[in-house]
Amino acid sequence: MITLDVKKTWYYLTRYIDNFLLAGIFLLMLIGLIVLYSATGGNTTRVISQLLNMGIAFVIMWVVANVPLQKIMRLALPLYVLGIILLIAVALFGEIHNGARRWLNLGITRIQPSELLKIAVPLMMAWYFDKAQITLRWRNYVGAALILLLPVLLIARQPDLGTALLILASGLYVLFLAGLSWRIIVGLIVIAAISLPLFWNFGMHDYQRKRVMTMLDPSQDALGAGYHTIQSSIAIGSGGISGKGWQKGTQSQLDFLPEPSTDFIFSVFSEEFGLIGNGLLLLLYMIIIGRCLIIAAKAPTRFTRLVAGSITLTFFTYVFVNIGMVSGILPVVGIPLPLISYGGTSMVTILLGFGILMSIHTHPKLVRT
Amino acid sequence: MNDTVELRDHSNELRHFHIRLTICAISVLLLFGLLFSRFVYLQVLRGEHYTTLAEANRITILPLIPNRGLIFDRNGKILAQNYTAYTLEIIPDQVKNLESAIDKLATVIEITSEDRRKFNKLMRESTRFRSLPIRSRLTDIEVARFAENRYRFPGMDIKANLLRHYPQGELVSHVIGYIGRINDKDLEQLEIHKQLENYRGSLHIGRTGIEKSYENVLHGQTGFEQVETDAVGRPVRTLSRVAPVAGSDLTLSLDINLQQAAIRAFGDFRGALVAIDPSNGEILAFVSKPGFDSNLFVDGIDHLNWRLLNESMDRPLNNRALRGIYPPGSTFKPFMALAGLELGKRTPSYAINDPGFFSLPGSTHRFRDWKPGGHGRVDLHKSLVISCDTYYYMLAHDLGISNIHNFIGQFGFGKKTGIDIPGEADGLLPSPEWKKRRFNQNWFPGDTISVGIGQGFNLATPLQLTFATMLLANDGRAFKPHFVKQQTNHHENFIKDDFVEEMYRLDLKQEHLNHVKKALTAVTQPGGTASRAGADTTYTFAGKTGTSQVINIKQGERYIASKIDERHRDHALFTAYAPAENPRIVLTVLVENGGSGGSTAAPIARKVLDYFFLGIMPEPIEKSG
Repeated sequence: MITLDVKKTWYYLTRYIDNFLLAGIFLLMLIGLIVLYSATGGNTTRVISQLLNMGIAFVIMWVVANVPLQKIMRLALPLYVLGIILLIAVALFGEIHNGARRWLNLGITRIQPSELLKIAVPLMMAWYFDKAQITLRWRNYVGAALILLLPVLLIARQPDLGTALLILASGLYVLFLAGLSWRIIVGLIVIAAISLPLFWNFGMHDYQRKRVMTMLDPSQDALGAGYHTIQSSIAIGSGGISGKGWQKGTQSQLDFLPEPSTDFIFSVFSEEFGLIGNGLLLLLYMIIIGRCLIIAAKAPTRFTRLVAGSITLTFFTYVFVNIGMVSGILPVVGIPLPLISYGGTSMVTILLGFGILMSIHTHPKLVRT
Repeated sequence: MNDTVELRDHSNELRHFHIRLTICAISVLLLFGLLFSRFVYLQVLRGEHYTTLAEANRITILPLIPNRGLIFDRNGKILAQNYTAYTLEIIPDQVKNLESAIDKLATVIEITSEDRRKFNKLMRESTRFRSLPIRSRLTDIEVARFAENRYRFPGMDIKANLLRHYPQGELVSHVIGYIGRINDKDLEQLEIHKQLENYRGSLHIGRTGIEKSYENVLHGQTGFEQVETDAVGRPVRTLSRVAPVAGSDLTLSLDINLQQAAIRAFGDFRGALVAIDPSNGEILAFVSKPGFDSNLFVDGIDHLNWRLLNESMDRPLNNRALRGIYPPGSTFKPFMALAGLELGKRTPSYAINDPGFFSLPGSTHRFRDWKPGGHGRVDLHKSLVISCDTYYYMLAHDLGISNIHNFIGQFGFGKKTGIDIPGEADGLLPSPEWKKRRFNQNWFPGDTISVGIGQGFNLATPLQLTFATMLLANDGRAFKPHFVKQQTNHHENFIKDDFVEEMYRLDLKQEHLNHVKKALTAVTQPGGTASRAGADTTYTFAGKTGTSQVINIKQGERYIASKIDERHRDHALFTAYAPAENPRIVLTVLVENGGSGGSTAAPIARKVLDYFFLGIMPEPIEKSG
């Protein structure tokens, strides 16, 4: 007779899962569902559909966490090449929505290849550095920079500036962590400062300029583009120290907030839970990021170190940019709040990243010789 | 030696990595600190300021829905109108115990389980702060009864909405179509077309027919009202107002009486009829039978009616005139005859000897004539009058498929006519290229032969057939078929009536046309296939009968109508124009499973023409059982 060994099964299910990280993720997801229920005015269908998104993303995370690192490493190049091919296909045959060519219609489904690159670019760059000699030379950095710039330029051309900048950031983190010399970093900052006015005049679309202008002074366009920022600031500010209480935020509930369940969900949270809620949420994010940084610090190889560091810092960038946007210190760009905003794609991308981190942390360490 | 260098490098690298990681960690802390200080600024330092702003955030912009344009027939009879209906709406957030409150409400006015189901569905899709309808079309008595008891039902109120009504119901459902509640898909489409703003507040959008194709004309411009609201968003005072602009009214060329005559003429049969004015392409009658009641769809159709309509064997939702594709059968022959004359393959006097079948050289396969034993000596005139198949088998063989495809394609077969209602079918005029594409097979000589009598791969809609006959009646002039005669907007004092469009004109020899047209006139006279339908008319009419096969009859077998299941019987076709010498109307009749064109389709056409010329309305049929 075969008895189901619960303990053993449990061991096999959780052996590659980092419980500490998992607890943090679950806590954030739970907060997300609670806020979503309020943000949609008690719409259970939306909440259930988000639960489904979370379920799918969780399964993907589990699978990735169980994949040994060597396999993930072997995937870096193919994933990157596939991503670039898809991006070129988008540029040639992509579908246009709202003036931007971002989607590829495969007949059965539409995909947005730039999403794939969010993971593929740091993997590819880390793989490239890993293959280089022990001591990195300046030409290695140039090579990695080229790997980074190709997809970034293709995506910026679509135009999808938000995603392009995020991928650029994830790649710059890899370069930074790989030890790019300070002289070059300072040089790049100087060049960026000089070229910014040029970019402003020749490299941006009207609507992008408008967004930045609006950020600098929302009242300039109070009923148009600045409306979102003003209403969002009112929501956060009127929350006060202790908040108005769950489902009691007038800004959110009376439809003053734009997209209260996706990009602006933090305003809803902030209005209803106040400064105390905000502080706790930031703390929770900080704990998760801290845990991830520890994983990166303990990572066994150059590849895993760079990948773990880049994923962690990119996650932080999402959080910072989203909250900065809704609280009026950054321009309005369509970036969701990780693990809290409604939506399946970002949930999958984020948890996929966590899956890689868990795999790095839990698989037997192979010391490079 | 080498090993120690590597080890040193390795630990060196790790050290550098940890330094950089620490820098990142410190940056993360600093940036989170920045966010937190922003919160302190917004929520503590300026908290009071923003609280005041939130309290004052009571100015809402309310959309004012424009009246939808009306639709009339050519006599000014109304086909689609608006009426004010009272709807009972609930704001779920303001009702304490929703279930028991609705139970209580049901004691005052009738709430069916279907109403509850619809309401619960709306509630799942919406927020608790929105006002949602639970009962529409309240009677005056119900309105009064609720008003009396209103104090007992907080969070519930009666609202006046404009609802669409189609007084002619089934008679014009396939033309007018219907409007339906705006759903997520519509919103997506509206957003793409930058129309979302104009539909803020609109509940309905055109789904099919004229209601859909003229949606942007009928809908009108949404107005806006800036209002001050109380704490729960109820308007208290109007601050400013931009009035809505009602949609334009449409007058159709359709004659509702002719439409009525056509439907009555059909009796119990299913089928389609299209009648068009050949001098401008205006549609006079457009019937697909059975129809359905468009009114069922306006507020979302209920389950039972939907199932009845959708699962009915008679397929009432299928627009047969527009989308039904049938082999044109012998109605294809006039165009073949014209092709023979124009391309020099036949002269009017050339005659064949018809043994009752045709075989390709070197083949024993017999393409049979409908008349066993054949028609004897047959020339072009006789071939049309008695509808000889053998003549056209031979002609098709002599012309070849490419000639047939190119010449007859000019009459609109195999492509959309471009009529102004959505969903038109393409039909099919086969060619070797098409067959290669579709089946990856070569074209066989035998394929050409059956195309010659409108069978084989040939498929046409009743609308296409009418269009082609119009070209014949018009000596080659093609007008775009259309329903809308006039568009009027009273608010803007604007009338548009240039809907007639001459698409092209075929260059055909008048002498050739006259030969074919003379034969078509003889079809309705003694000796012709529609002689019975043409007996004792006071006007002349020309036409061609046709039969389109539903099932294949095997070699050596015979088609015996009485032995075949009713649904497998042939479709009867008749396409005609009248008066023959100076056509004022062109029409096509298709009778599903009606048998032969001469015996069922042509008499229906005769009845419709009798109404058109003489004003004789057919008697309504007695519904038996």
